[in-house]
This record gives sequence, C-alpha cells and structure tokens, in this order.
Amino acid sequence: MGKTIAEKIFDSHRVDNPADDILVLKLDAVFCHEITTPFAIDDLVSRGKDRVFDPAKIKAVIDHVSPAKDSNTATQGKIIREWAIHHKIHDFFDIGRNGVCHVIFPEKGFVRPGYTVIMGDSHTCTHGAFGAFAPGVGTTDLEVGILKGVCAFHYPRTIKVNITGKTPDGVFAKDIILSVIMRLGVNGATNKIIEFTGPVVDKMSMEARMTLCNMAVEAGGTCGICYPDMTTVDYLWEFIQDEYENKTAALESFKKIISDPDAIYDDVVEHDITRLAPQVTFGYRPDNVKPVKEMEGTTIDQVYIGSCTNGRIEDLRVAAKVLKGKKINDNVRAIVSPATQKIHHQSLKEGILEIFMDAGFCVTNPTCGACLGMSNGVLAKGEVCASTTNRNFNGRMGKGGMVHLMSPATAAATAIAGYITNSQLYTNERYTK
Amino acid sequence: MKNFSGNILFLDRSDINTDEIIPAKYLTAISKDALKPHLLEDIRLDGFDPQKDIKGKNVIITRTNFGCGSSREHAPWALEVNDIHLVIAKSFARIFRQNMFNNGMMAVGLPSHVIEDIFSMFKGKNTKLETDLDKNTFLLKTNGQEQEVPFSISEFDHALVAAGGWLEYADAKY
Ligand code: SF4
Repeated sequence: MGKTIAEKIFDSHRVDNPADDILVLKLDAVFCHEITTPFAIDDLVSRGKDRVFDPAKIKAVIDHVSPAKDSNTATQGKIIREWAIHHKIHDFFDIGRNGVCHVIFPEKGFVRPGYTVIMGDSHTCTHGAFGAFAPGVGTTDLEVGILKGVCAFHYPRTIKVNITGKTPDGVFAKDIILSVIMRLGVNGATNKIIEFTGPVVDKMSMEARMTLCNMAVEAGGTCGICYPDMTTVDYLWEFIQDEYENKTAALESFKKIISDPDAIYDDVVEHDITRLAPQVTFGYRPDNVKPVKEMEGTTIDQVYIGSCTNGRIEDLRVAAKVLKGKKINDNVRAIVSPATQKIHHQSLKEGILEIFMDAGFCVTNPTCGACLGMSNGVLAKGEVCASTTNRNFNGRMGKGGMVHLMSPATAAATAIAGYITNSQLYTNERYTK
Repeated sequence: MKNFSGNILFLDRSDINTDEIIPAKYLTAISKDALKPHLLEDIRLDGFDPQKDIKGKNVIITRTNFGCGSSREHAPWALEVNDIHLVIAKSFARIFRQNMFNNGMMAVGLPSHVIEDIFSMFKGKNTKLETDLDKNTFLLKTNGQEQEVPFSISEFDHALVAAGGWLEYADAKY
C-alpha cells in the first residue's frame, strides 16, 4: 500500500508509539518567537530544567511586537534574548536583522523537504510549502520540543486538494486559498493535513506555495504540504549546494518523500480555478468568502499589506504594480510592513517602497504589526480594515474592528478607491466595471 | 490530578476561537494568573456576561470546533486559573485539544446528538457534573434530573491526565 508524503515523514522520524494511533516524532527544527516561548522558558527554569536538546536545531526571533511597545513586551523580548545567548542559539534574530517568523526562517534556508518542524504558532503550517511536516503547537509541546527534541502527533490523515485549470489574470495564491477554505469550511480539515497538488501548484513560486500552506490552519488543518520539486531546489540551492553534487541529485533525493500514486487519502478535492475571481472575506470566519465584485463598494478605514501570508517580496511587487503613479483615497490610511529585513532592503532597492510612499502608505519596519492587534495599526471600534493577513476573527486587529482578508493586489486597489474593489490586474469582464 | 467535576457553564455557540477565549492583547501577560479576569472577555454570545457567568463554574459545555484559531496555550491557561479543567464539545480544534491534555486537563468530544440532548435538557439550569475517570462517565445533575453520559479518550490522553501533563510524561520517558 502506498504512503502519503506525511506518512513517509512520520515513518522516518518515529521515536515511540505510546498509544494506538499516536506517534512521538523526532524534530529537525524547533522555531521560537517572543510571545509563546518566554512562558516555556520560565516554566523550564522553574522546574530546574533550563536546557535545550540541540542549540543548532533551535531558531528564534523577536517579531510579533518589534520594537517593544511597553514594559511587558520588552520583558518578553529580554527573556528570549537572554535565553538564546545563554544556550548559544546562534540563529537568533533581533530587531534590525529580524522578520516575521514564517518568512524569515524559510528565507534563511532553515526548512528542508522531509523535515519535522514545530513552533508555538498556528501558522507554522506555512513551512509545509517545502515538503516538511510543520504543525503549529502550544507552549507545552514547544517546551518539550526545546528540552527533548520530540513531539507527539496522531498518525496523519490527509486531504488532497488538487488545483487545476488556468490561473485568471489578477488571481493569486491568496484568492486560491480563500476559495479552498470556503469549500472545506473552518473545521473541514481538522486533525488532517492538506496536501496541495496539481499543475497550478507545480507552477507556483515558493512564495505563493507559502501563502497557500499558511492558511491551511484556517480550514482547521494540522498543516499544509506541497511536494518538493525543482522550484524548491532552486530556492534552497544556496543553502544546500555543499550537500549535493548538483541540483538534479538534490531533486532525486527530495523526490523520495513524495506521496506514492496509490497512497490513501481521507478525501480528494478537485479544485479548478479557471473561473475563479479575486476573493475577499466578510464576517468573522475565514470561510466566509465571496468574489470581490460582490463586496464592491464596502468602505474601509485602513489597509494593511504585510504578515506571514502576504508580506513577501512578490506580494509587495504586485501591490506596487497596482499603486504605481496613484494616490490612496483621502479617507484611507494605509500601512505596509515588509515581512523581513531582507525584503525591506530589497523593496527599497527596487524602488517599491518609493511607490508605496508616493501613494501615501506608511512603511513600517519588519514585524507582525497590525496583523494581531497587539502591536501597531490597531483598529478602533467600528473601523474596517482591508488586509492581506490570514484572520478576520472578531477583535483580531482591535476590539470592535472588522477585517476583510484579500490579496495584495486587491488591497492596493482598495486603498486607491477607498472601498473594496478589484485591481486593474483583473480583466475578466464579468467582474470588472 | 486535576479536578474535573463541578458546575457547568453552557456556551451555546460553535467555532469559539482562542481570540474570544483570551484576546491577543493579554498575550503580553507574564504570569498565568494575570489572565484570570479576562477569560471569554470578547466572546460573541448574546446575554453572556463574563464577569458574572464564569464565577463558580468548573466545566464548559459547548458545540463544535471549540478553540479554533491561534495556537496560544493562554486559552487553556485562562481556563485553568479560573478552575475550569474540563471542556466538553462536539469537536475541538487540534492544537487547543492537545494543549488541554498537555496541561493535564481534558477536552472531551461527544457525539452530536448527545451534546444536543444535554443542551435541551440542562441549558439554563444550575447543573453539576461529576467525572468518573475509571468508568469513563460524566454524571449530570440538576433539580430532580440526572443523566449519565459515557465518554472515551485514548490511553495516551489518560496517561497525560494521570501524569499531570506532557512535560511530566515526556520528561519521565524520553
Ligand atoms: S504575521 Fe500575523 S499570523 Fe503571521 S505569525 Fe505574525 S501575528 Fe501570526
């Protein structure tokens, strides 16, 4: 009987089998940020177990509230900073070198096909784009991961989402994943892994695959996962070139973990995007999704472009293409947060930030920022935000605020119009004015 | 081992997310106790007053997909410091469910019709629940009415509850 990519990863990382369908897995990487890790550190210290299983396999960043905004967040930063230094965790990224965890860790080449990765953050699922098993976990799982390098999981069950068809102009990975979440529902993939396959995924860049996998958890999924291919090898090549003779050899090795043709799935969803239009959420659930056209005219107060979903260089390029030579609406305030220092730098060099600034955007340093309403860009009661992030929960960006999730292209067009609208990149007559 | 019996708090809604259980702005809290006054502060539920309705309750009964959204373990901790160690629902988000057992607490799923029956029989009444971990049963009691409900959790879940959590379990074993 064939196996899925996740089953193969489970088989090769198995340490123990404490109950029927529970496996304890060996971890290849444990990622940490300053919001969920300090509790784990404090608890380990108070138990007299302030140790790490392998400092080279632990990576840490301060990203959620950066720079610190008050003494509590400064203390959270201090705890993780001192801990990283104390335990010789060399891959620790503080302000000036940091970025949103799920963007900076892939950028540094820390995620490889076949890896097991955990982090105390639900969007860890992003790293599945590399063909890794990368579930978000709570603080206790993180704590045990730090101390022992293991984590327990149910034996994986997988839903395969096969994405086919021709990608329409103006439709991006964000629109595709929103349409998948609408189809599966917010708990349609609970306790399951979502395997994204098909010709559309094969053609996607790593950035787009990360956007896809990033929102797997919004359908309840344990994580998303894509097959490693030449695009994966190209992306990782600068980090792996000493390990393989050439790119073909790397590809051959990675391909071994791809799902067998006779693997067993819980469900296989055929998702044809030929007629997909740009999508946007309404309400407080990420499966409340409609074509942008149906929300056309909804006025907004703030636009936010950034986050682990859509704060990558590709995203900023697309938004800049829409914004070039235009001004945002007088009634709108707009914020862009390049997701990492590298992206910030690159977008500066490419002239992208100048386009944003000329249009009237506020450019912030790399941070999670407005995404989770605990740092900057918080909404007031009754305010509406057009956002490229991944959660529209009640109060997510500030108590009493409303968040509409959309692609960077749609967010940029919305900033210019002052209300939700399609970008000029979208040309289907049925949907544009 | 923690206490899994006491008065029931009924939350008659599905998809209650961890932002509703404990808003992100409290993630900067340095101690679990600091979370105590903010449990369910932002929940969208008509007629629910967190200030009054949580007091004296030890068990939550709710509908589907409880604890979806962010992975924050602050959600089970906010329950823990309010002496709520057991949540019963039709289903849970994976991370929330695991976080509960990892802390030696319980998130127990029951079949849809059982939850429906419990809501129609007991909601709005002062109801007590007693947990028997040897027999794997809950006993619900209100004036004159009693109902025994069997449940099942895996032997691994039982082991985590008995150990007091995943750290204790893993530290002893790996
Ligand atoms: S950008 Fe938002 S969703 Fe992503 S890690 Fe940061 S807070 Fe979480």
